[in-house]
Amino acid sequence: MSLLALAYWQETGIKLGLALAVIPTTSLVLVYLFLFKMMAFMQSRLGPNDTGPYGSLQLIAEAIKFLQKEDIHPAQADRRVFRMAPVVVLASTFLLYVVLPAGPDAVVENLDTGVFYAMAVSSLSVLGILMAGWASANKYALLGGLRAAGQLIAYELPLILAVMGVVVQAESLNLQRIVEAQATGEIFGFGAIGNPFILTQFLAFLIFMIAAQAELTQTPFDMPVAETELVGGFHIEYTGFRFLLFFMAEFGTAFAFAALASVMFLGGWWIPGFDVDDNILNILGPGVMLGKILLISFFIFWVRFTYPRLREDQLQKFAWKVLIPLALANIVLTGIFKVVF
Amino acid sequence: MPQLPGLIKGLGVTARTAGRTLFPKRGWKTLIPAPQKGAVTVQYPHEKEAPPDRARGVIALHEENCTACMLCSRSCPDWCIYIEGHKVKAPPRREGGKPRTVNMLDRFDIDYALCMYCGICVEVCPFDALFWTPEYEYSEPRIADLLHDKDRLGEWMETVPDFLDYEAGSEQKVRKVPR
Repeated sequence: MSLLALAYWQETGIKLGLALAVIPTTSLVLVYLFLFKMMAFMQSRLGPNDTGPYGSLQLIAEAIKFLQKEDIHPAQADRRVFRMAPVVVLASTFLLYVVLPAGPDAVVENLDTGVFYAMAVSSLSVLGILMAGWASANKYALLGGLRAAGQLIAYELPLILAVMGVVVQAESLNLQRIVEAQATGEIFGFGAIGNPFILTQFLAFLIFMIAAQAELTQTPFDMPVAETELVGGFHIEYTGFRFLLFFMAEFGTAFAFAALASVMFLGGWWIPGFDVDDNILNILGPGVMLGKILLISFFIFWVRFTYPRLREDQLQKFAWKVLIPLALANIVLTGIFKVVF
Repeated sequence: MPQLPGLIKGLGVTARTAGRTLFPKRGWKTLIPAPQKGAVTVQYPHEKEAPPDRARGVIALHEENCTACMLCSRSCPDWCIYIEGHKVKAPPRREGGKPRTVNMLDRFDIDYALCMYCGICVEVCPFDALFWTPEYEYSEPRIADLLHDKDRLGEWMETVPDFLDYEAGSEQKVRKVPR
């Protein structure tokens, strides 16, 4: 923001407007590209293709449909908590976007504790899900909410521990600094393509992606919303706009997690192998970032459409017995390499 | 991790299906995406699928054969067939005989909003008055319009396909389709 001198309220206004425009768009893009089209192709179907060119306006039509629906509260529901829950979930998504960098200067707030902040804020959504499950006064919703809580607590740990490896290697919690560390880094003296941490932290990347899949309650880990046993889990009682908020939060968070992964493992807005001026990167950055995010979310949804759902005990066993020890080993190894080389 | 090869193979299966759907053409044309050709699904309102001859689409009524015996109505599991009739005197079959009483059909309705297409009525009809036809396009904006009366059911008779022989050894009775 060195080119333009803006007052604080002007800058905040611009950032707020951007956030309000960007977040629904991200979930729109993800749902259309992956949930509608890629999933359809993987099942040898066409997907929606009548609404707009190649069915691209389908989601807008569905959003309008949701807006028309009646706003229903169950008679036994705790009304205030019931109404607040989707807002809490969506707020956690919005807060995540605060630290995601899209260019050397294109970031809402360049926090020194960016990674820490992102992890803390992303776990807020558990609260919203628990609130929704509890306040619905429905046994399926409650079961779904409790499953979500158990699952998100179990997978928060490997997520954070996997990120620790990156933090140790980059020597910073600041997301911009992590990008710079990858841009200027070298792998054992070879620095032509910098050091995207996916190469040196591949284990951490795998653990992060698996844990993120569980955090997002995407399919192999989707017991909280398992429609065949819990008929929708925590959002069973929600209709219309409130359901739309949950839906938007789900895909907005998927986009944010893909962005986090691309910042920490693929180098974010930085173009590998090219030394580009900062001002140009501010313009090119968001595009580069978008490409990397779409690549990562492609993997998230590919896994989602391939695997069947795990059982609850398999899920917990996998987190505590496999992912967490592996993540701890990764931190130790990274530390040793950091000290030795 | 003994499951790992299977997991990777699974990813391969979905990716290959996506590729085959999106790029079905061979040779250099492979690069042109043509999902309309690659998808195995029939794009229903645009193109129609020909149902098999014995498909259970809708039930047709040949009114002349119906004697209002009520067998179909009574055997219907969800009571969606409504029959009303009255008796009339018909002239005797032979000269000098007694006049006969025959059932005249006043009402024969099938409520397709209730019908579950089990086909028991067709099976049970001893007079060859009910037939399956493969037509399936009779959805209505109003649910009450799904009640087909005997004229509507009679119109379906034109679409009844010729009887297909059962496989050898079947003890089902062979039905003649009245034309």
